[in-house]
Amino acid sequence: MKPVRFGFKTLWPWLAALVAVVIMHFVLTDRLDAYFFTILMYAGINAILASSLNLVSGFTGQFSMGHAGFMSVGGYFSAYITTVVLASHADLFADPVLAPLVFGGILVASGLVSAGMGYLVGLPSLRLKGDYLAIVTLGFGEIIRVVVLNVDTIGGARGMAGIPALSSFAWVYGTLVITLFVVWRLIHSQQGRAFLAVREDEIAAEAMGVNTTSAKVRAFATGAFFAGVAGALFAHYLRYLNPATFDFNRSFEVIIMVVLGGMGSLTGSVVAAIFLTILKELLRPLQELTRLDFRMVIYSVLLIVLMLNRPNGLFGTREVSDFFRKKRKGAAS
Amino acid sequence: MKKFRNPLVAGLVAVAAFSLVSCAKKEVKMTSSAPTGNELLVGEVGSMTGGEATFGMSTHNGIVLAFEKVNAAGGVKGKTLKLISLDDQGKPEEAATAVTKLVTQDKVIAVLGEVASSRSLAMAPIAQQNRVPMITPSSTNPKVTEVGDFIFRVCFIDPFQGTVMAKFATETLKFKNVAILRDIKNDYSVGLANFFKETFEKSGGKITIDTSYSAGDMDFKSQLTTIRTKKPDAIFVPGYYTEVGLIARQAKELGLNVPLMGGDGWDSPKLKEIGGKAIEGSYFSNHYSEEDQSPHVQKFIAEYKAKYNIVPDGLAAMGYDAAIVLIDALNKAPEMTNTAIRDAIAHTKDFQGVTGMITLNEKRDPVKSAVVLKVADGRFKYQSTVKP
Repeated sequence: MKPVRFGFKTLWPWLAALVAVVIMHFVLTDRLDAYFFTILMYAGINAILASSLNLVSGFTGQFSMGHAGFMSVGGYFSAYITTVVLASHADLFADPVLAPLVFGGILVASGLVSAGMGYLVGLPSLRLKGDYLAIVTLGFGEIIRVVVLNVDTIGGARGMAGIPALSSFAWVYGTLVITLFVVWRLIHSQQGRAFLAVREDEIAAEAMGVNTTSAKVRAFATGAFFAGVAGALFAHYLRYLNPATFDFNRSFEVIIMVVLGGMGSLTGSVVAAIFLTILKELLRPLQELTRLDFRMVIYSVLLIVLMLNRPNGLFGTREVSDFFRKKRKGAAS
Repeated sequence: MKKFRNPLVAGLVAVAAFSLVSCAKKEVKMTSSAPTGNELLVGEVGSMTGGEATFGMSTHNGIVLAFEKVNAAGGVKGKTLKLISLDDQGKPEEAATAVTKLVTQDKVIAVLGEVASSRSLAMAPIAQQNRVPMITPSSTNPKVTEVGDFIFRVCFIDPFQGTVMAKFATETLKFKNVAILRDIKNDYSVGLANFFKETFEKSGGKITIDTSYSAGDMDFKSQLTTIRTKKPDAIFVPGYYTEVGLIARQAKELGLNVPLMGGDGWDSPKLKEIGGKAIEGSYFSNHYSEEDQSPHVQKFIAEYKAKYNIVPDGLAAMGYDAAIVLIDALNKAPEMTNTAIRDAIAHTKDFQGVTGMITLNEKRDPVKSAVVLKVADGRFKYQSTVKP
């Protein structure tokens, strides 16, 4: 992996993407059919989750099964702020200037809270390897869920209703672009090469002077940050939170997206997240036709077929940008 | 060259998949939004799969029965009713997607569902926002209908069920000390337990111990041992049938010979299968009793049995009631617009449903009675009807 210099030449595609998101926001909002819009929003949120988990699982090689846990931390924290703390300032969210500022601040705050959790969990458990780490993170996700179930101020088992609808297309896809940008910059930096070294060979990395635990914790906390932001976006789109949403099945869904797209490919994570989100809905008419619930069976069969044919995922470790670069090289030579 | 081909192929596959996706989607849209001259589309969201699938299936059966009956009799204003059922796998976010699809894609005139309050709470804001009337058959959480004026229900709410059992325990059974064993993971169970506690303590009773378990637990001996030391007259277990059956068995094994009490979550033939002899002598509140000799109840049971070959449970009756309340409103509504249908539903008064006389109050909740059943001789024996 070659280092990428920071400058306009590498920055412009990202800025263009952000501008495109804003334009799309004004084109799509209230014009696109609500059903497709819902799918689009879920796809975007899932893409944020998958690409942030890819930083941990794909690039740093740490198998985490607690992503839903971080998502629920962010979701519940932000919902608590907007529905309980700011309950008497509901007019704040109607203000066209203040609302985005406040919501943006809340998104960052929920990411930070989630990252803090990631740091706390990561510090002791990232000294573990492979299977052990998986079990610890799985346990963490369940702990969060059970804690939420027992806290009455955030709804407990009844769930939290009446969350204001603040997530919009621009927020979700803007966050996705920022997530991708941060992860991409990170893995092309000196920090990121430490992550990759840990993935490739932990002992060798340690021998070369990489502080492996610290590198792992950093990747983990960064992943948790974006999972928290995704949770906050999810909470303010669905407008209802229930602890059952964030069980380990949710973590597995994200893992499936990462593995299917390719461990170590951001493009893969985004494509797989969007593809799987749409696939689930696409199979609905089939269920209506056959009157049988084949939906999840076909979903699973498709996953098996894809994994058999492409064991490294759809993209392996390649990115979209690689195709362009290769093409350009091919033309020059 | 070979290296170059692989990712390209993958990319092409992805692009092909996406174009396929978008094509298929367009087709779906075209077929489903086609004008239906002689049909009225009604949507249903239910958990056909997932942990509470038996509830979802029962409700679905009840709704289908009501629709077939009205269609056989000529439909509503000469139009046949068509039901579109979508599965939500028991997940709130799936329920939200499903109801969005029903409302925006299929353009249904009303939505029936969901069984559980957690899913209904995710669906209600969407139905309200799109101004499509929604009737939930059995979501007992008070918050569901508080979402807005398009959301209705045909079942009584948690406070009432908890109150009914507390009243029954103090007035009929003359119990003084009751232990509570609630399912902490379940919103419904927590709600019932809270309202039971409130009413029971108000009428002079004492909650000796308030402890909890989590749905999916298999062993309850530690909680039951603690409860045994408090010597209660009864244990209030407002959970679902699987755990309740196991709790009954383990209580008997520990020599804890007191009746259990609960809510409509007990209502399943599985309760007797799992609980066996141990569950005998326990009481629970329900929406209806198959032993109720009223002609409308017996007629419903006969029709249901003829179609599905089983005796309907409470949820089937609730599903049926939700459907006939909607059909009644459709018949009465002057025109098939959202607001006209909503107003017609809101004006439901003294409507004879299987689960009792239904009158919707200004909070869009029904005012109706509950029945208390006793598990005896392997069946649910009708005890008494508790009026609101």
